[in-house]
Amino acid sequence: MRPLRPGSPLTGAVLADRAISYDGQDGQTGNGVLDVEDLKVHFPIKEGLRRRVVGHVYAVDGISFRVGHSETLGLVGESGCGKSTTARAIIRLVNPTDGRVVFMGQDITTLPRKYLRPVRKSLQIVFQDPYASLNPRMTVREIVAEPLKIHGLWDDGGVDRVAELLRLVQLSPEHGNRFPHEFSGGQRQRIGVARALALNPRMLLLDEPVSALDVSIQAQVINLLMEIQEELELSYLFIAHDLSVVRHISHRLGVMYLGRIVEMGTRDEIFENPTHPYTQALLSAVPVPEPRGRETRERIVLRGDVPNPADPPSGCVFRTRCWKAQDICAVETPPLVEQFGHLVACHFAAPLEILSSTGDKA
Amino acid sequence: MTDQQVRADEALETEATRAALESVHLEGLEVQSLTQWQLARRKFFQHKLAMTSLVILTLVFLAAMFADFVAPYPFDATNVPDRSLAPTFEGLHIFGTDKIGRDYFSRTLYGTRTSMYVAFIVASVSTVLGIVIGGIAGYYGGKVDNLLMRLTDLFLTIPFLAILLVLSSFLGAGNPVRVAFILAFLFWTGLARIVRGEFLSLREKEFVEAAKVLGASDSRIIFRHILPNTAGPIIVNATLIVATAILVEAALSFLGFGIQPPFPALGKLISDGQDSLTTQWWLATFPGLTIVLIALCINFIGDGLRDALDPKQRIK
Amino acid sequence: MTEPVLAIRDLVVEFDTTDGVVHAVDGVSYEVYPGETLGVVGESGSGKSVTVMSALGLIQMPPGRIVRGEVVYKGRDIIGLPADELRKIRNKEIAMIFQDPMTSLNPVFTVGDQIAEALTAHNDQMSSDRARAETVGLLEMVGVPNPDRRFDQYPHEYSGGMRQRAMIAMAMANKPSVLIADEPTTALDVTIQAQVLEVMKLAAEETGAATIIITHDLGVVAEMADRITVMYGGKVVETGTVDQIYHTPRHPYTLGLMMSLPRITGEMKRLLPIPGNPPSLINRPPGCSFHPRCRMSEGRELCRTVIPDLISGAEDHPSACHFRDEVADELLREAAATGIAAHGGSLG
Repeated sequence: MRPLRPGSPLTGAVLADRAISYDGQDGQTGNGVLDVEDLKVHFPIKEGLRRRVVGHVYAVDGISFRVGHSETLGLVGESGCGKSTTARAIIRLVNPTDGRVVFMGQDITTLPRKYLRPVRKSLQIVFQDPYASLNPRMTVREIVAEPLKIHGLWDDGGVDRVAELLRLVQLSPEHGNRFPHEFSGGQRQRIGVARALALNPRMLLLDEPVSALDVSIQAQVINLLMEIQEELELSYLFIAHDLSVVRHISHRLGVMYLGRIVEMGTRDEIFENPTHPYTQALLSAVPVPEPRGRETRERIVLRGDVPNPADPPSGCVFRTRCWKAQDICAVETPPLVEQFGHLVACHFAAPLEILSSTGDKA
Repeated sequence: MTDQQVRADEALETEATRAALESVHLEGLEVQSLTQWQLARRKFFQHKLAMTSLVILTLVFLAAMFADFVAPYPFDATNVPDRSLAPTFEGLHIFGTDKIGRDYFSRTLYGTRTSMYVAFIVASVSTVLGIVIGGIAGYYGGKVDNLLMRLTDLFLTIPFLAILLVLSSFLGAGNPVRVAFILAFLFWTGLARIVRGEFLSLREKEFVEAAKVLGASDSRIIFRHILPNTAGPIIVNATLIVATAILVEAALSFLGFGIQPPFPALGKLISDGQDSLTTQWWLATFPGLTIVLIALCINFIGDGLRDALDPKQRIK
Repeated sequence: MTEPVLAIRDLVVEFDTTDGVVHAVDGVSYEVYPGETLGVVGESGSGKSVTVMSALGLIQMPPGRIVRGEVVYKGRDIIGLPADELRKIRNKEIAMIFQDPMTSLNPVFTVGDQIAEALTAHNDQMSSDRARAETVGLLEMVGVPNPDRRFDQYPHEYSGGMRQRAMIAMAMANKPSVLIADEPTTALDVTIQAQVLEVMKLAAEETGAATIIITHDLGVVAEMADRITVMYGGKVVETGTVDQIYHTPRHPYTLGLMMSLPRITGEMKRLLPIPGNPPSLINRPPGCSFHPRCRMSEGRELCRTVIPDLISGAEDHPSACHFRDEVADELLREAAATGIAAHGGSLG
């Protein structure tokens, strides 16, 4: 465990609180802060007067990953890939259908609400929409104080703590008296971050935290998140569809498609050495703010649309849009195994340089 | 250019204008230090009709509540020498008198007071009922929701009013308080539906999910997060209930149900006077006008409230 | 010297709201020439969308108000034209596509019928058979599979990307001279976006239309545009070729944008965000609207008091900054801080 930097305003408070909420489990097992094993979330589709179950939406269909201490795991994918559902299942806004979610050594998959409450102190979430995630009728102070009030931590120095949190996200404590509608999107998102940090969590789930923000503001919030991560040694699960943002903030990355992880590795491995056809297509499709890039980059344009998650293709779910698809792809689901140095789920994985030729040369 | 295309274009214009205004406001680009309530209050004060109605209604309300001091005569005081007088300032019989000399200004005042009692009870009881039932149904959903909605449907389809009113004649005829409670059981259904709808939609909002993730209890979520955000529609509806309650009570006492003598009731006053409409027009007219006035005022106030609480209206 | 197909000249548009007068568009001028693609780039409150919406008469007046300006289409000022004439121009000569395809697509009619109707509305002689055939051809051009079958389907049976393509087909049906795309791919997934952008390029090539693409996405605009206009706070702050804007920006806002973008390639260091928040369009800062957030301004009086004009330097493209010459040096400094490659006053 890296030592906390002396002189950081929260160090003392953090150390004291952490001692209480850890239970010493983290250091003992040596496991990740978050371990997800074969997580599945299937939503039943009900029809008719008697609400018969006629099918399922396989939103998340067997994913496993680990997030380590003070590390950011990015989860990327397009709409319908299940990345948001994954976050919501971990935080139990939605209940997992199968699989295990182990947080700080504790299996929280089916933990009843009563026992889940203390866990909430260590695992929090920041939502995508800065306009909808704050109660319009509460002042900023009330919003940031709420977690403290819920967990009985308000009476003893709560006011100071709220001021401290607001300063941490680069807002002034005077802003506490105002209402959310008086702030810009970027500021509202900071308020959401302050709220998530109120209880000294070990890990934050960030569900598209900058997608709804203007470009110039995104950078502010990204920087803030990275600073906070370093200062408080937080782990992040960073969910996004914007690959350049994910590249900036993540240490490791998982690429999701239709409820599965198709490739996972360190940031550099994924960006410099993508081996799954979907990852390659994704990297090739991202518009790069570099005019010369258009001529030199390998272009892969996928045909067709994402299949219906209620009716996924047999075998490899990507095969309907994959230029490498063969018969075996319809029959055998490729396992996520180590090939070419990192994990990938493809029968025909092969490295392909997509990005290195883009815009680095004068 | 076909009609359909023209209409499509017009829809586009509306949408484009709205989007343009929204994009400007969305970024908090004008820092406005008014809260929703302050903004609503300001908008309400600008609504002339509502403000006038509020003033008039307040005056009527005060006069009726303090009827004991304002009315020149008790409700039932007869004064045979002054019988059948047309409205006159003599003896302060400004609404005239009836065949046995009862002063109709006083009677109207007392009748109004009864109406207000009834309306108040009906509005509060049915609002509370509506919020509780609609809230539970909307928040918990599923079987609970189904059950409660079937209950609501029951209250709508079975002629509870008829049944209860007939019963009431056995349970203590004509007492305004009892009648009010019975009526309240009629009016909660509309509010329950609305509250349920609000709860259903607010339940999915991200700030409610955020509260759940923070570990908030159900009651905290309901009272701290959802209810304050439903206040707008609830208030508007409660106002309408008041208006309707007054009208229904008047209709009932007119028909001989509901509130009965010795309790004063505007409807009964009207029914008493309907036979002499041509000869002593003032007997039915003034109580009737009073009802109309009150109902209109409440409706206009309701309009004003609805406009004031509508968050979308930012255009001058 | 060719004439621009569409030229917006000194357009000023305001809105009356309960909070005050909103100066949404404050003297905006730009033009687009036949066959080229112009990218209009800006963030929330920049006025990029309101400009074209007002130019085409799509904003209701009130609450909107065109204070002054001209919008010259093929030599004719179209501001103040009667509504039905504007409508004709909008549907035949200047076509628009939007972020939400359902803005143009009516859910109760089949896609094919709607496109065919766009054709027959402007071509009295066209028979319905011919319209159908042409529509199928259009659907094919935009890459909708099984166009003959898809003709008879409703918008909800199309996926998001396909709906966008149908909208492009409808826009291109009458071979407009100008195609205006307002955030056409913002709501789409990256892989679908790539498809749709490809279709747009194709459509523009086939018809020779001038294209204006309005977006906040600097990647999209780098791919699609020949020239770029950068907008901020209701004004144009810089305009130039795509090379000039990306490699030698001459306005601190443009530079700030480039430096704050997370990149998908190249060495990575800290992002250099533009501090502060977008300006209020009601209470505008005096002088240059960008100065409260400008790293280069350093509170200099000129920035705080005088609104800079959009003018070209000696060898440079137009930029609205009093200290445009300093931007080059600033570029080098910031590029070094962020790890983006830069030499000789230019990026990349």
